[in-house]
Amino acid sequence: MSLSGLVLTRAPALRSRTVSAQAGWLAMTASALLLAVLLSLAVGSRGLIPGELFDVVRGSGTAEARAIVLELRLSRTIAAVIAGAGLAVAGAVIQGHTRNPLADPGLLGVTSGAAVAVVLAIFLLGITDPAGYLWFCLLGALLGTVLVTAVGLAGAKRRDASPASLVLAGAAVNALLGAVTGVMLLLDSASLDVYRFWTVGSLAGGPDAQVLAVAGPLVLAGLVIAIAHAPALDSLALGDDAAKALGRNPLRTRLTGLAAVTLLVGGAVACAGSLGFVGLVAPHVVRRLTGPVHRWLLPQCALVGAVFVLLADVVGRLVVHPDELPVGVVLGIFGGPAFVLIVLRFRRSRRGR
Amino acid sequence: MTVPAVRVLGVSARLRPRYLVVLVTGALAALALSVVSAGVGDYAVPPGRVVAALLGNGDPMEELVVTTIRLPRVLLALVVGAALGVSGAITQATARNALASPDLLGVTAGASVGAVLVIVIGGRDAAGSGILRTVGIPVAALIGGTIAAGLVLLLLRTTGADGLRPLLVGVGVSAFLSGIVSWLMVVATINDAARANVWLTGTLNGRSWAELWAAGAALTVIALPLVVLAPRLLTLRLGIDVARGLGLNTGRTQAMLLLAAVVLAAATTAVAGPIGFVALVVPHLARLATGSAGPPLAASAVLGALLLVAADLVARTAFAPIQIPTGAVTAFVGAPFLIWLLIRNRRGVLT
Repeated sequence: MSLSGLVLTRAPALRSRTVSAQAGWLAMTASALLLAVLLSLAVGSRGLIPGELFDVVRGSGTAEARAIVLELRLSRTIAAVIAGAGLAVAGAVIQGHTRNPLADPGLLGVTSGAAVAVVLAIFLLGITDPAGYLWFCLLGALLGTVLVTAVGLAGAKRRDASPASLVLAGAAVNALLGAVTGVMLLLDSASLDVYRFWTVGSLAGGPDAQVLAVAGPLVLAGLVIAIAHAPALDSLALGDDAAKALGRNPLRTRLTGLAAVTLLVGGAVACAGSLGFVGLVAPHVVRRLTGPVHRWLLPQCALVGAVFVLLADVVGRLVVHPDELPVGVVLGIFGGPAFVLIVLRFRRSRRGR
Repeated sequence: MTVPAVRVLGVSARLRPRYLVVLVTGALAALALSVVSAGVGDYAVPPGRVVAALLGNGDPMEELVVTTIRLPRVLLALVVGAALGVSGAITQATARNALASPDLLGVTAGASVGAVLVIVIGGRDAAGSGILRTVGIPVAALIGGTIAAGLVLLLLRTTGADGLRPLLVGVGVSAFLSGIVSWLMVVATINDAARANVWLTGTLNGRSWAELWAAGAALTVIALPLVVLAPRLLTLRLGIDVARGLGLNTGRTQAMLLLAAVVLAAATTAVAGPIGFVALVVPHLARLATGSAGPPLAASAVLGALLLVAADLVARTAFAPIQIPTGAVTAFVGAPFLIWLLIRNRRGVLT
């Protein structure tokens, strides 16, 4: 594979959009997010009519409605927002850094590091409650990223963590960590029993307030870092040499990106298990709205990712009523075909243009 | 440096010494490991006597153990590894993306749905050595994998198969199918889930001659068109526009190449389960080892076979008498090797 294979085969055309158009899109997705949040608070095995929900939001409302919204649905709604925003932004950052549109938050070892740590916690220490493996999850995410970065740096020609060597290092480290997880699960079916529910990504029951209180600030910090380094990331898209000429330091930008991704994915995975799909797909969908400029792409990704996960969670509560489908399953089953539709329709319309 | 070239039947190729060295040493290493692997186990046979048994003048007991019990598994590892290596190299070259692998085109996810469905619905009947396990699961996997990949290629029919589109469509289809697999895993009893997990990790455990013949025949039929297609792959590597300029029907060539890659991968998944690492990484190993510009087909086949035989040997012996899935070991063996190559290869073959 030549170098060109690692770059976008067909880079999206850099259509400049006016600031007002971008702001308009941002307002639209923000209202979509608000709608999705309200939907997530209202829908479930005991549905609430808008009036009841409005009363609760205002601070009044019946005791039953308050209990349902505040104790059952609020925490899972927050978790969905955190997980969706974190994964989608992380996906966009990684796709930007590696210049590979197939890259996803799993690529840099964050998810597989977290998975190994969680399985270790279950397998060796017998911890089965999510608040218990929160710290393992975060620590594992960090170690996974550090490992991939170290290998990527060692493999790069000029010690600048080039996208090609990061991609390969990620593939290798992921496979290694995945195999460790797989073997531990084979040796102990009790661990598998806990792990299979974690890995499918479920919000049922609502995560602990304790987990959210840690994960929320982490994801927020990751978000701020990611958006702050967006202009530097845009310069890197021109190639490392051009970025240097523009006064950027590619290595520092890459390390900043890695830190952001670790915070984002670590927090998201702690909230909702390892949800696939959002991180890979949300950036592709959002790019159609905003174009490739990260300054606009990243905030939009946060909103759209959160909407994705919220809607998937709502659908999961409805389709097998009164049971629930895990949100990770819904994301795949409904999101997959929707994504295929978007890819095919978009390409066709662009060809016609 | 000038490079000698050969021209056979209208196809010319450069003879690069380093490429030949990789091919020959890779093949010899695979052969040697196969002999070792056929001798290792509960009933150990030293390598010298393995060769004697293979040639038909060994001790009858050793011949039984080597040829009837162990040889099919070793040969299957060689065949599956080679097929996965080629399949990965084709996908990466066609899609021109280093992260591309046939898994992304929906094959693995489709095959997994088929196999896990049989395991979960069959329950206890799909365990042990019943017909549901020996025939039902591979057939279900083959059907599932082919339907999924067929769906991806069908969806692309109206838009063409160039660039990133096949992979993105494959990602969508795979997401849909893996959603189904996760759901099946969650609703299954823990015993069925554990069995499904073993299949999903990929294993060559307990394979017989019948399965080897079936896999070998299928793969040979699929691989034949590649003899014609391989030179076009080299043209394709030059870039879509150059290839078109040279008179290649790029859309059709890409679709045919992807089809071959997908069917190769589906057939191997049917016999061995999804062995994830090989198709993605072997082309990179081959490229680093040979120093060639794109994913080399022949070297990928040889190194794929070598990697899988080595991995299977480790799978059988590392935790003996417990056998761990070959798919887990490919990563244990292959990933450190890739990391080592990456670090060593700083001069910049990659970047």
